[in-house]
Amino acid sequence: MSRRIVIDPVTRIEGHGKVVVTLDEDHRVADARLHVVEFRGYERFVQGHPYWEAPVLLQRVCGICFVSHHLAGAKALDDMVGVGRAITPTAEKVRRLGHYAQMLQSHTAAFFLLSAPEMLFGVDAPPEVRNVVGLVEADRALVTRVVLLRKWGQEILQTLYGKRMHGINSVPGGVQKGLTVAERDRFLRGEDGVPSMDAVLDQAQDALRLFADFHERHRAMVDAFAPVPMLNMGLVDAAGDADYYDGRLRVVGPAREVVAEMDDHDYLDHFSEAVEDWSYLKFPFLKAFGREQGSVRVGSLARLNVTRHLSTPLADAELQRFHAYSDGMANARTLHGNWARAIELLHAAEVVRDLLHDPDLQGTDLVVDPGPDAWTGEGIGVVEAPRGTLIHHYRADDDGAITFANLIVATTQNNEVLNRTVRAVAEQELSGRSEITEGMMNAIEVGIRAYDPCLSCATHALGQMPLVVSVYDAAGGLVDERVRG
Amino acid sequence: MSITVTVDGVPVTVEEGATVADAATAAGAYVPTLCFHEDHPALGTCRVCAARLDGRVVAACSAEVHDGAEVEVAADDLATMRRQVVGLLFAEGNHVCPSCEKSGRCDLQAVAAETGMLTSEFPYRYPGRETDPGDARIWLARDRCILCQRCVDLVRDDEGRPVFTLTGRGPDTRVELDHATAAGLSDEQVAAAVDLCPVGAILRKGVGYDEPIGARRFDVASVRERALRGERR
Repeated sequence: MSRRIVIDPVTRIEGHGKVVVTLDEDHRVADARLHVVEFRGYERFVQGHPYWEAPVLLQRVCGICFVSHHLAGAKALDDMVGVGRAITPTAEKVRRLGHYAQMLQSHTAAFFLLSAPEMLFGVDAPPEVRNVVGLVEADRALVTRVVLLRKWGQEILQTLYGKRMHGINSVPGGVQKGLTVAERDRFLRGEDGVPSMDAVLDQAQDALRLFADFHERHRAMVDAFAPVPMLNMGLVDAAGDADYYDGRLRVVGPAREVVAEMDDHDYLDHFSEAVEDWSYLKFPFLKAFGREQGSVRVGSLARLNVTRHLSTPLADAELQRFHAYSDGMANARTLHGNWARAIELLHAAEVVRDLLHDPDLQGTDLVVDPGPDAWTGEGIGVVEAPRGTLIHHYRADDDGAITFANLIVATTQNNEVLNRTVRAVAEQELSGRSEITEGMMNAIEVGIRAYDPCLSCATHALGQMPLVVSVYDAAGGLVDERVRG
Repeated sequence: MSITVTVDGVPVTVEEGATVADAATAAGAYVPTLCFHEDHPALGTCRVCAARLDGRVVAACSAEVHDGAEVEVAADDLATMRRQVVGLLFAEGNHVCPSCEKSGRCDLQAVAAETGMLTSEFPYRYPGRETDPGDARIWLARDRCILCQRCVDLVRDDEGRPVFTLTGRGPDTRVELDHATAAGLSDEQVAAAVDLCPVGAILRKGVGYDEPIGARRFDVASVRERALRGERR
């Protein structure tokens, strides 16, 4: 008899979804899907608000990467008021500082609190050990370093934005405030409860050390775990290397060859979105490649596949090892997403260091006022959020009231790769097995977590709603289900 | 001439003509106000400043004390009344503090925090209120209006003509902005009108969030601290 497996909720991710695996009569995977079952509607209820409120209102879509939403919205408003990319050096560097500080604290949380338990204890370790409490008991010193590292990033956000979460810094055409010398020195020297810059640069390499050790001990498993070849997308600068705040959207294929490149304003010309009746999450794809071939992967793994270099030395050295490991080809190994995230964490720390030493942060030329004649009434802002490419697109009428908003978030871009990953893991772990173990079910969640998905962002959904994994037989009978919050 | 009154049993001396709110301030007792502005005659429209004068509940901003008057401010029933009035103001509008640029400098938000009104005990009405974004410099967000009438009574152009008026009755009452008169206001007068609004109903177009969190009016000193040093605006 065929079977159907349900994992509901999938844990240690942001938001609510469930996985349904259907097995045929030979216990082989007939189908496997990630269903996203939450819905919000931010794009609708921002309509009618004054345009300048959009980045402040819409950042509330997420409690983790709110800075990314705030900045994508701010860049869209730069467009709308006619400033475009011509903000002042101080404004751009202040925005970048917040952006990379958020990348550091978000990647720290995703890597250590969500993904590290499996690296330390194994995918099939007992669930009562395989969690953040288990981490604390196993390595209190490491967790202390992690907490301090995350705090350092959050304190930068608190300083720039006024609050650790959902504060304000960017306004149309610039920023509200820069960084004083005293504020800067606190983060360089490590005063008032935050570690020093040198300590942060050391702690930011803990993730790489942990992954290297995990990889060394489980090389075959890590490398063979659910490889999913996809197109890869990320923002690049004029030289074609990764820029997480601004640039052109570049897509590379399996040999890391450029297969598409576009100005962010042209995303609608290149992308279409498919809708499936079993998920609230849309499936974007490149029109030129079609629904089956045109979906892209975004986020850490994708960005490192796209870029040739990172602009900071320690991270770039590790990037070259990362590229060499795949012989220069695009890395499609799902668990190498954690390696990529660790490299980006270090890169973010190095970029923040460089920015903190830049006197432009103390500049006073904060906002460009282009005057009313420059008004365009439409804006598109793109940044590389921790989880991948984030697009905010707004239109406003001549009075300044928002009439249209479209948010395409990283997890939406990753919808197809997430589904393919679920299927790949299910085929590897469940196919042909008569007994389904907790470890096998967890393997599916591990595959999903490698993308650090934020289903709340993706559906702009409300509340903390976890994910479910279910297994069904061919007759529709529920064989097994995991519901964990 | 000085007179002596008691505030919650504590004798204080105030000048003749002083209000219940003045007497409370002299005694170091906080009475919240919303529609009252120190530079203008009392309006008495919002009723947030409920206090008891000689056993009768009054609007503290407008009721004058007399020699020997007994004022009550701290009684539980009065605190409840003030909290409920604030709650009603929230329930009958559409207030979205998290994204409102007036957050941190909004009297309604500040008074809500001081009176313990963290969520309204009355059902929210979610009224359909039309925004007027059509003026060149002023965005009138009626969702956030509490009908205090500060703008109606106090905003005038150089000829003394009102810029804001009230129309409708009961729940249909709303503030109207006369665009033609507003066009004659100087930028300073527009800024003053925005500042006069105790909520985020009157906004300066395109200028939102010009003060960083931490430097905003009520970040620097709370509405209670300001009232107790006699600053009510």
